[in-house]
Amino acid sequence: MKKLLPYIFPFRFKITLQMIVKFAGTIFDLFIPWILSYIIDDVVPEKNKAGIYLWGFVMILCAVGAVILNISANRMAARISGDITKEIRHDLFSRTMRLSCLKIDEITEPSLISRLTSDTYYFYQMILRIQRLGIRAPILLVGGCIVTLMLEVKLAAVLIALLPILFLIVFYISKKGIPLYSKVQRAADKLVRRVREFMSGIRVILALSKRDYEKMRFSKANKRVVEAEQKAGYVMSATKPIMSFALNLGLALVILVGAFLVNKGETQPGKIIAFMTYFTIILNATLSITKIFVMVSKGTASADRIAKVLEIEDEHEYINEQEEEAEREEGEGEGEAEASNAHIEFRNVSFSYLGVSDNIRNISFKLAKGQSLGLIGATGSGKSTILLLLLRFYDSDKGEIFVDGRNIKSIPREELYKKFGTVFQNDILFKGSIGESIDFGRGVQLEEMNCAAKTARADFIYEKEGQFDYQLEIRGGNLSGGQKQRLLIARAMAKKPEILLLDDVSSALDYRTDAALRKSIEKDLVATTKIIVSQRASSVMKSDLILVLDKGTVIGKGSHDELLKNCPEYREIYDVQMGGAAV
Amino acid sequence: MKNENSPLVHKKHLLVRLWQYIKPYKGIVFASCVLTLASNVLALLGPLLSGRAIDAIEPGPGQVDFTLVLKYVLMMIAFFAVSSLLNYILSILMIRIGRNIMYSMRNDVFDKLSRMPVGFFDRCQAGEVISIISYDIDTINSSISTDIIQIATSFVTVLGALIMMLTIRAELVLIFAVTVPIFAYYTRKRIKRVRPLYKARSEKLGKLNGFAEEAVTGQKTVKAYNREDYMLSGFDSRNIEAVETAYNAEYYGSINGPIANLFNNSSVALVCIFGSLLYLSGAITLGSVSSFVLFSRKFAGPINEFANIISDLQSAFAAANRVFWLIDETPEKPDALTALPLEHTDGNISFKDVSFYYESSMEILNHVSFEAPTGSLTAIVGPTGAGKTTIINLLMRFYDAQSGEIQLDGTNICDIKRTSYRSRYSMVLQDTWLFHGTIFQNIAYGAESATREDVEKAAKTAEIHDFILSLPDGYATLISDNGANISKGQKQLLTIARAMLSGAKMLILDEATSNVDTDTERKILKAMKKLTKGKTCFVIAHRLSTVENADNILVVDGGKIIEEGTHENLLKKEGLYYKIYRSQFEI
Repeated sequence: MKKLLPYIFPFRFKITLQMIVKFAGTIFDLFIPWILSYIIDDVVPEKNKAGIYLWGFVMILCAVGAVILNISANRMAARISGDITKEIRHDLFSRTMRLSCLKIDEITEPSLISRLTSDTYYFYQMILRIQRLGIRAPILLVGGCIVTLMLEVKLAAVLIALLPILFLIVFYISKKGIPLYSKVQRAADKLVRRVREFMSGIRVILALSKRDYEKMRFSKANKRVVEAEQKAGYVMSATKPIMSFALNLGLALVILVGAFLVNKGETQPGKIIAFMTYFTIILNATLSITKIFVMVSKGTASADRIAKVLEIEDEHEYINEQEEEAEREEGEGEGEAEASNAHIEFRNVSFSYLGVSDNIRNISFKLAKGQSLGLIGATGSGKSTILLLLLRFYDSDKGEIFVDGRNIKSIPREELYKKFGTVFQNDILFKGSIGESIDFGRGVQLEEMNCAAKTARADFIYEKEGQFDYQLEIRGGNLSGGQKQRLLIARAMAKKPEILLLDDVSSALDYRTDAALRKSIEKDLVATTKIIVSQRASSVMKSDLILVLDKGTVIGKGSHDELLKNCPEYREIYDVQMGGAAV
Repeated sequence: MKNENSPLVHKKHLLVRLWQYIKPYKGIVFASCVLTLASNVLALLGPLLSGRAIDAIEPGPGQVDFTLVLKYVLMMIAFFAVSSLLNYILSILMIRIGRNIMYSMRNDVFDKLSRMPVGFFDRCQAGEVISIISYDIDTINSSISTDIIQIATSFVTVLGALIMMLTIRAELVLIFAVTVPIFAYYTRKRIKRVRPLYKARSEKLGKLNGFAEEAVTGQKTVKAYNREDYMLSGFDSRNIEAVETAYNAEYYGSINGPIANLFNNSSVALVCIFGSLLYLSGAITLGSVSSFVLFSRKFAGPINEFANIISDLQSAFAAANRVFWLIDETPEKPDALTALPLEHTDGNISFKDVSFYYESSMEILNHVSFEAPTGSLTAIVGPTGAGKTTIINLLMRFYDAQSGEIQLDGTNICDIKRTSYRSRYSMVLQDTWLFHGTIFQNIAYGAESATREDVEKAAKTAEIHDFILSLPDGYATLISDNGANISKGQKQLLTIARAMLSGAKMLILDEATSNVDTDTERKILKAMKKLTKGKTCFVIAHRLSTVENADNILVVDGGKIIEEGTHENLLKKEGLYYKIYRSQFEI
């Protein structure tokens, strides 16, 4: 909760103003019963007709004043809570988009989604309710206490002695309640997961006849949520009866103490009666506080979850470039650590996802600008990992990676990513039109788009209704696999990146399209350095450099012809795929 | 989702449907209302007892009857204790009802979701469904569990106060006869104004949810393109819309309380003025004026409360509207009445002059006919977008053909119950689908009773066993959202292992090995050949090495089968297949 205070702080003046308005409205509200009793007790017995009209009119005036002030206060509260929530969501989303893969796995995607949506919503509800309902009760509470103190100090002492106990109860229950609501939210994350998994796996689920099983799984997760909610509800709803009982117990004590005092002649029965009236006001005020209590506990639990994400610092560590340069100069004498003059260089890079065994080991290569690198090797041999390291999705455990002669750890994120055009395996198309998908918010001109579509061999676009305006369904559901793939490639090439990374993009393409695509990339992207991961020898054989990977190590390095001679594994892949026909 | 034009379900209709959920608990609801009354009466007895106690104090110094005072004080404490206890029981009952309703409502939504046609999932964002399942149902629940009791108590209090006022001075009640209808009319108008606003709030929140879900899913891509700020601006525009529609709803919705207050206060003021005037004219005693005013305040209080409930209810109705909208979506066409479950399956599939087009796109399947007898391996090849996946979609009955028929063992598949029909299939798609769970659970997904040996055997056939063992947790390794430590090809192998384990009679592999290296693929195919003996297999692949051994190869282009035959025959024909085949070796 504390972590979110900086979001509330800029609104302190507005909140103060809102509170003042609400306060004034409440005072007007409270005037009415007071005037009412004044008319009946004082004005009417005097048979003062003019007085009745006058005070009656004042009463209506107060009512009008109250309504105007209360409505404005409510609207201000809505504005303030909305604006605060907007800011928090903005920052939370921004943070979420920049989380590392490791952090996302730690928090989990469903949880991130529910933090962005339902948690921010509960937080909004909390600050809204506090502003709307949190003024009247304290006024009545404090006012009631002051009046009772003026009335009879000794009796008031009984009441005031009770207050710390009440606060302790509130404190204790909320302390129990907040973690319970965190639990509810955690259970809700699981529910989100069930829905997402079901919706993305619908075809497989139907094919494996697991619909009822999925229903059962959902139902289980659902049960967990409602049970967690029920548990929290049970605890929270104890507040009201306990508070009301405690206060009424106080009332009974007041009468008892009052009886002693009257007996001693220290007070009058009339005072006890008056005291009880105010006591009722205090009681009602306290009870109305318990009303927003659930909302506050829930909101606080959510606020903590939001803060957990916001707290995460930029995980990209940057090394200082000058320091690095100095280091480099120092090392120059040794000859080995010389500045990289290649466009991309991997120098003895090793990396392990889980820290157990290396997923890639001691990888080194150099690529000049405009050159192409082909990565080929068995499933799980570390091809994609090399791309992920180059993109700094992970940092290497050992060795350095250089782009433009600079260690990628010294290149600011924005600058680094601007160089790349990437297509991942299983890459995603966001909801929108074909044009928007290629553009991806980068201000790609129509001409560039046409150009990219041409290079990516995505001529199917022109057959679609509206062409670039053709609306895609979710994840490009209304395109065939090969069409999606080419659209993704067009997206990667639209901005003529310095470096093009294609991770097994040919898998969904037929060979003819694939061959045509390779040719057009070669022709149109001469200045672009290309790294191509593929299972197909034909996709990589034209590359300037080919790395053959096996279990994370390089077992063959060189051009196609060299590898055919020196690398039996490569030759085997080639022979199998090209069959006799290649001869 | 097409909720832009989701109509407002009529309120009466909505109430009836909400009542369906409350109905099973009507006994508890009734009991709760009784409890509310009892607890309120007990609470009212408190002041009565305290009055008695004060009477006992009344005699003054030295004369206080302590035994009597103590008696009443103890009675008070006892009464309050009981009242508090009843209060707590009441809350618990309401929480339970709320919980049950929420539970069954969510299950209903999910049940509906599970019966939607496959095409629905291409249109509806997961985030929006999540929003309905969490936010909307939550809103309904919090309203149901608090408002029912409120309405019940308010009603009782209003009725009681009205009777008392009538007995005191019927004429004065006329003031309410004027103000209450005005207020009622006003409230009605407000409801009309406010409901669409709450509806918009629910919808915009759903949109925000949808966007957030998509963005989190594609986070890697966003990062690689450095498009965080672009996504952020997309998020912001939806965020602003969500906040503004919420503000709009609050702006108009939060008027209700204070306005009701205004009506009440002015009514009470009028009562006070006229009552006093009546007293002055000698028509009424001062005591009557005083108690009438007291009761009129009691009368007005719940009305005020009611106004607050109404805006609460409006947001609940708007939420219910969305829930029912999803529940009302057209589900997958139900099985024909005459549809029967399958008993024995041989696995002879035949397409007879099948034509099909999607609603949303131009893709067409044109008079497709072929036979796939038991135990055969049928390969479907052709350029991208030719209609290969569409054939599979029809085969799985994800869609139904517009004309022609597909037969299984001579029976039109439309005459077979879908669940029973689909249970004969196992399918592996290029887009691997693994869920958050262990590797073991993922492989055993299609075969609940699979033992460790079965799973290992399947994994060995899929050439993934060794890899699994190399992971620190082996088969217990958790598949995470990113699945960073498992490559795409390995994921495909896991799904292949899953399909092998399922023991279905028919097997569909749609580009299932596209990200697997050729060597591994060859081994798998070889192993599969043994496993799939007697099974009818369909394989879609670009890599022709995958399909070379097929019994029958269908060459599809432009929605038509243009060639058909074995690898050798097709090569001899020197048609499209030959061209495709040659293109593999073009450099």
